[in-house]
Amino acid sequence: MVTEGRVKTTQEETKPKRQNKQIALFLAFFRVGIFGYGGGPSSIPLVHKEVVEHYKWFTDDEFGDLLALGNTLPGPIATKLAGYIGYRVAGITGMVNAVLATILPSILAMIALLTTLSMYKDKPWVQGMTKAVVPVVGFMLAQLTWQFTKKSKQGLGWGQAILFIGLSWILMEVLHIHPGIIIALLLLYAVFGGKRRREET
Amino acid sequence: MLYWQIFLAFFIPGILGYGGGPASIPLVENEVVDRYEWMSTEEFSEVLALGNALPGPIATKMAGYIGFEQAGWLGAFVGVFATIAPSLLLMIVLLKVLMKYKDSEKVKRMTITVRPAIAVLLGVMAYQFFISSYEGSGAIQTVALLAASYLFLEKLKIHPAFVIMGALVYGGVFL
Repeated sequence: MVTEGRVKTTQEETKPKRQNKQIALFLAFFRVGIFGYGGGPSSIPLVHKEVVEHYKWFTDDEFGDLLALGNTLPGPIATKLAGYIGYRVAGITGMVNAVLATILPSILAMIALLTTLSMYKDKPWVQGMTKAVVPVVGFMLAQLTWQFTKKSKQGLGWGQAILFIGLSWILMEVLHIHPGIIIALLLLYAVFGGKRRREET
Repeated sequence: MLYWQIFLAFFIPGILGYGGGPASIPLVENEVVDRYEWMSTEEFSEVLALGNALPGPIATKMAGYIGFEQAGWLGAFVGVFATIAPSLLLMIVLLKVLMKYKDSEKVKRMTITVRPAIAVLLGVMAYQFFISSYEGSGAIQTVALLAASYLFLEKLKIHPAFVIMGALVYGGVFL
């Protein structure tokens, strides 16, 4: 679909590729916007599927970095991911494109529905639709959880991986410390904890 | 200046809303209902309920609709822009810096060290979805839908979009 080539040769060669990328970006995030039921977090697995598995614009690691940084910043996660990925893939145009593709369909639907009739929300079939999607999204998030757990092990070894996972969980769930702070702490540890190790060796 | 008010009403929740869209909803309510009195609490929760029934990020749906209600299409644009632009620009700047030093040992180590936290974050989200599914549709339906998800997503590798569509149809008919 989209080639990985980063080298710009002639304008004739890059132009159609650019357009292709814009269309691909729009399609990827349009799908994310349409199927992302249940707010921001539910779109994370969908973004991962499009960006890492389907179009291969990012590696798993890069996606993890994105998610880490995105989670430390305020604002909706879906648009942050869309905007940044769009920007990396195809510049400012790509950014606007991806963000619009993510949010426009649902905003238009919302305005259309609310300005005509808002009776549907109590209809059992609408509620049923929303309900049935919840466990599916949960399962997709669980898949990603497992992927990142395996990756933690690869980078850190089981001991440290389990230690950090346990620590993160205690801080997040037991002490209710904001994930952003925990991520920031881990980053600091990586920078300064790593320094010490290099001096020792 | 109505447009300025709309901008502020969504800029502040956008900046303070840590934890993504849902976290900023109470802040939006504070601005829209208490400060500017554009709608009553009742109306706000109705808009929220409908918004939750539609796909896509909730914060931008709210901003788009409330902006539209107050000041037409331009109002919708201002509300959405105020919601997403600040954090997006910040993210691009930060990641640009990170990318610059992509090959340095430290940045590589940062990537590795942050993974456990991401795993926990995603795991907690997954757990929340399971719990709310259990509360919403009961244990049997939840387990059945989970089993189906496992089969289609993990074993048959069907694209999530189709699985979600299938779940929507199933829910519309049976739940």
